[in-house]
Amino acid sequence: MTDRPTLTLSHIGKSFPGVRAIDDVSLDIHPGEVHALLGENGAGKSTLMKILAGMYQPDEGEITLDGARVVMRTPLEAKALGVVLIHQELSLVKELSVAENIYLGDLPRRSLGRVDWKTLYARVGDILKRLKCGFTPDTRVGDLSIANQQMVEIARVLTTTARVVIFDEPTASLTDAEKIVLFDIIRDLKAGGAAIIYISHRMDEIFTLSDRITVLRDGKHSGTLATTETNEDEVTRLMIGRSLDLTRRIEASTPGEVVLDVRGLSCGRLFQDVSFTVHAGEVVGFYGLIGAGRSEIAETLFGLRAPTAGTIRFRGEPVSIASPAHAISLGISLVPESRKEQGLVLELNCRDNITLATIDAMANGPFLSGSREAAVFEKYRERLRIKTPGWRQVVGNLSGGNQQKIVIGKWLATQPKLLILDEPTRGIDIGSKAEIHDLIRELARSGYAIIVISSEMPEVLKVSDRVIGMYHGRLMREFTAEEVTEDKLVQAISGIAEKKAASA
Amino acid sequence: MAEERLKSATRILTQRGILIAFILFMVGFSVVSDRFMTPDNLQAVFRQAAIIGVMALGVTLVVICGNLDLSVGSLLSLSTVLVVDLHDKIGPISAIAVTLLAALAVGAVNGLLVGVARLNSLIVTLGMLSAIQGLTLIYTGGQNVDIQNQDTTWFAIFGRGAILGVPTQILIFVVLAVVMHVVLAHTPFGRRVYASGGNPTAAVFSGIRRGRVVLATYMISAFCTGIAAIILGSRVMGSQNNVGQGYELLVLSAVILGGTSLLGGSGSIAKTVIGVLILGFIQNGLLLLGFAYYVQWLVTWVVIILAVWLDIAAKRGRMFSPFA
Amino acid sequence: MNRTLRWLSRNPIWGFILLIFVFFSLANPFFFDLQNFENILVQTSTIGLIALGMTLVMINGNIDLSVGGIVALSASLVVDIQGWEVFAGWGDWQLVPAVAAALLAGVALGALNGLIVWWTGVDAFIVTLGAMLGIRGLVFVYTKEQSFYAANFAFSDFGSSNIGPLPTLAVVFLVCALLVHWLLSQTVHGRNTYAVGGNRQAAVNAGIRIGPHMMVNFIILGFLAALAGMTLASQMGASTPTLGQDYELWVITAVVLGGTKLTGGAGNIVGTLGGVLAIGILRNGMNLMQVPAFYVLVILGVILIAVLFLDRQLNRKGQEGYRL
Repeated sequence: MTDRPTLTLSHIGKSFPGVRAIDDVSLDIHPGEVHALLGENGAGKSTLMKILAGMYQPDEGEITLDGARVVMRTPLEAKALGVVLIHQELSLVKELSVAENIYLGDLPRRSLGRVDWKTLYARVGDILKRLKCGFTPDTRVGDLSIANQQMVEIARVLTTTARVVIFDEPTASLTDAEKIVLFDIIRDLKAGGAAIIYISHRMDEIFTLSDRITVLRDGKHSGTLATTETNEDEVTRLMIGRSLDLTRRIEASTPGEVVLDVRGLSCGRLFQDVSFTVHAGEVVGFYGLIGAGRSEIAETLFGLRAPTAGTIRFRGEPVSIASPAHAISLGISLVPESRKEQGLVLELNCRDNITLATIDAMANGPFLSGSREAAVFEKYRERLRIKTPGWRQVVGNLSGGNQQKIVIGKWLATQPKLLILDEPTRGIDIGSKAEIHDLIRELARSGYAIIVISSEMPEVLKVSDRVIGMYHGRLMREFTAEEVTEDKLVQAISGIAEKKAASA
Repeated sequence: MAEERLKSATRILTQRGILIAFILFMVGFSVVSDRFMTPDNLQAVFRQAAIIGVMALGVTLVVICGNLDLSVGSLLSLSTVLVVDLHDKIGPISAIAVTLLAALAVGAVNGLLVGVARLNSLIVTLGMLSAIQGLTLIYTGGQNVDIQNQDTTWFAIFGRGAILGVPTQILIFVVLAVVMHVVLAHTPFGRRVYASGGNPTAAVFSGIRRGRVVLATYMISAFCTGIAAIILGSRVMGSQNNVGQGYELLVLSAVILGGTSLLGGSGSIAKTVIGVLILGFIQNGLLLLGFAYYVQWLVTWVVIILAVWLDIAAKRGRMFSPFA
Repeated sequence: MNRTLRWLSRNPIWGFILLIFVFFSLANPFFFDLQNFENILVQTSTIGLIALGMTLVMINGNIDLSVGGIVALSASLVVDIQGWEVFAGWGDWQLVPAVAAALLAGVALGALNGLIVWWTGVDAFIVTLGAMLGIRGLVFVYTKEQSFYAANFAFSDFGSSNIGPLPTLAVVFLVCALLVHWLLSQTVHGRNTYAVGGNRQAAVNAGIRIGPHMMVNFIILGFLAALAGMTLASQMGASTPTLGQDYELWVITAVVLGGTKLTGGAGNIVGTLGGVLAIGILRNGMNLMQVPAFYVLVILGVILIAVLFLDRQLNRKGQEGYRL
């Protein structure tokens, strides 16, 4: 590529409270290039793309488009400059038709403010034909499958001359046939001179589509390679490589009795035929991509979902877990994936949140005992080193790390036999992360049976005694701590192992 | 440094804005009218406010839990009619018992539809408003009801009498307010109400049986309305079958004025009491100044919007909405 | 046949209408009569006109509780002004300033509601709750609690007049329904209405200016409410200050029965027409069968809740959701 780059990111930096999300990242993309962006969860890909799309502002650095410096304060400004982001959160209006969504805010008009349906449907009809979509422009978007809805999002891009198109995990819900159509679209855009950024975890797609690959790690630029000059192993190493002593646990643990025994558990299309055991005193880590079905297993164990097949034995007894309240009474607790939406009541203060799951035990007779609640709060504040000015502090004002500690404290207070933690350190500063990891190991040593669900490789490797890799709702492989390696794990959860086994 | 002090002063002003406005009101009115701050007048205000106040206590619980209850007005009609009509037929004690039970039943229906069937509370209580109004009319056959021996029945004590020099209605209001406050602020149930309203998902994820909590709030709200009906029936000793019409909006206005958010998860009994008193004093003050009774509605219109606006502005940090 | 069934399951209210239509036709000889159908149209035209505008506002994700007050204000204005001394010699032209004032009042109040929602960000529920009280206060201040009587005969004859074979009021209603339906389905503003209510963030990102948009819909509703007030006053030949009380409840009931979602983003005029007609047929039919009006209230309340329940049952898709 000899021509001047369409897009240049120079020394971009971005911090959030307590977290350095992007640190001195520079990147350039040329017209007609498909540039893949890789990195683990938390490596900074999403943040970087949101900066590009005008949703965030960089703290340092500048963005250059076609040689001129640009500042994009809103998604609208970014779109006007020709930078479009297609991401998981669909911004569609379900009641309107495909055509109206594609031209939202820009509907062609006739006199008296009427919509020019003829022009609209003609234009959209062309676009849909190019995309080989099986639906018509007047179809109500709410009636389409998720995959087709994603197609409509993509179709939006084709209405403007996009200079830069960013695809963020576009194939997550597509069938193989639909993926082929998507790749054709990308090749079309490429031929038209657009610069394309493609974010994905799926190695096969990256190596099929991209011209160059950039890897981010911990918010920093880890390397940029020409696709034809590299291979999966090298890319994986760039993603993961870090000093061993930060990732490896030191001591092994001696597991006790079987606390949880799951056989053939399924829940519709979310996960199928999952079997595993968890012993007291051990940590089982679940690793996989978003959509692999890990959180759904946790929710089923916690009584939030009804399994469609299989059995669960808890402490030797077969159980049918009817609700979270039931799960808690059995001794199962879940630190949920989204602390803001599922773990905390942001309006309430620290103490009230910590005692929420054990509120009945806080009562002396009919009334709440302030001293008892204070004692619980103090106990976990000390143990988890929660930084807050006092128990009256509204939880919404705490940092992510401290919020997460409150949630963990809440569940530790229930004294569970089985503790499930879903993404326990997502979006948290390094210091708190390390503290929580140590805590998990410590809890294991004291005899808790623990399940940790995580999308961060080092985390899973650091805390688990056994690691289970999941892909598309299926349990792919189970590793012990001794036998697991980063490469094998990545391959297990990206479907590569399947492919290799098939071609072997 | 001075700038910081100014900022925090503005913040306190907007956060406690309603309380400050209330105090200013009181000062303003007492300056303009010398009859305002007399014990007689103050007592009159509290007496007037008692009925709306008692109802507002119950509705506060429902709102903190994240729902609405528009059926309290017609429930007031039904309950007042019941207690007045049954007073002569089965005696005051049984009348009271039946009335409260009927109110609880209505509350249970609301609670089951909103809490267990998880239907929208605005529409459900709207439907119940209509249905209960109809039931009231069916019961009375369209007639008004009244009590015969108005001067001799002990039932009069609720609406017309006093205990130890304090008008009974005020006592009931105060006692109920204290009880509700204790329940909300100092019991596990109260904590569950806040959690269910603040973040229903997190509440369920924390093992709270949200359906039961919602059911309880509606039953308590209905019970409060039942008590208000007893006071009202006792005061007037008779009832038209639409006596409660429009009360649901006054009650809701009081709750909103006090600062409890319709989104749920925050608020308190104290706030509602202030809201009730603000409404009561607006009415009283304007009357004393010689305005017709309907002028208070105009004032309430402005006050509600201003109060909520300031509250929202304080929370989001800017006066005008981002779309302005 | 399949397509009809699918359309019916999308708009169940029309299936319901078919049911009660057949029921009343069989149950009562006076029901199935052209004159009676015309009556139904006229009787429902008041609520119907307002429901057209309320549909727009609710698809936006808002609500307007003040429509009853606007009805009363416009009715009072049109009846009062037509009799003013200064217009005495104008003959029937005296209606022009009267009608203009009434419609202007509706537009102005709608604009005021919309403006407050736009600038302050206070929820439409609270803004129009205050307006509901306040506008009623305005009416009382303006009329000094008096009823007014129409001085102009053409005006009071209008209510019972015909255009060709149909009653004028029915024609007015149908024409407005067509216009609003056209607005919602054919114009950019109408299509944007779904976006603003269905996915506000997407609408903002697409460059749609939310504030002015919502204000336009409030203005349309204010206009239609004023129109409804005028037609009502024409039918009565008079205006009372308590006119329109509880209208907002009937209107919201009709709109929700017609399939518009309270949360916004979905609904249409055909459905709203269905909701309005359903209420009209029920009242008319039960009236003919000499069912006391009281039972109608109960039945309507129950139907509203039942519709909500059915809607939830039918729309609960698959196993993917939590069993909360």
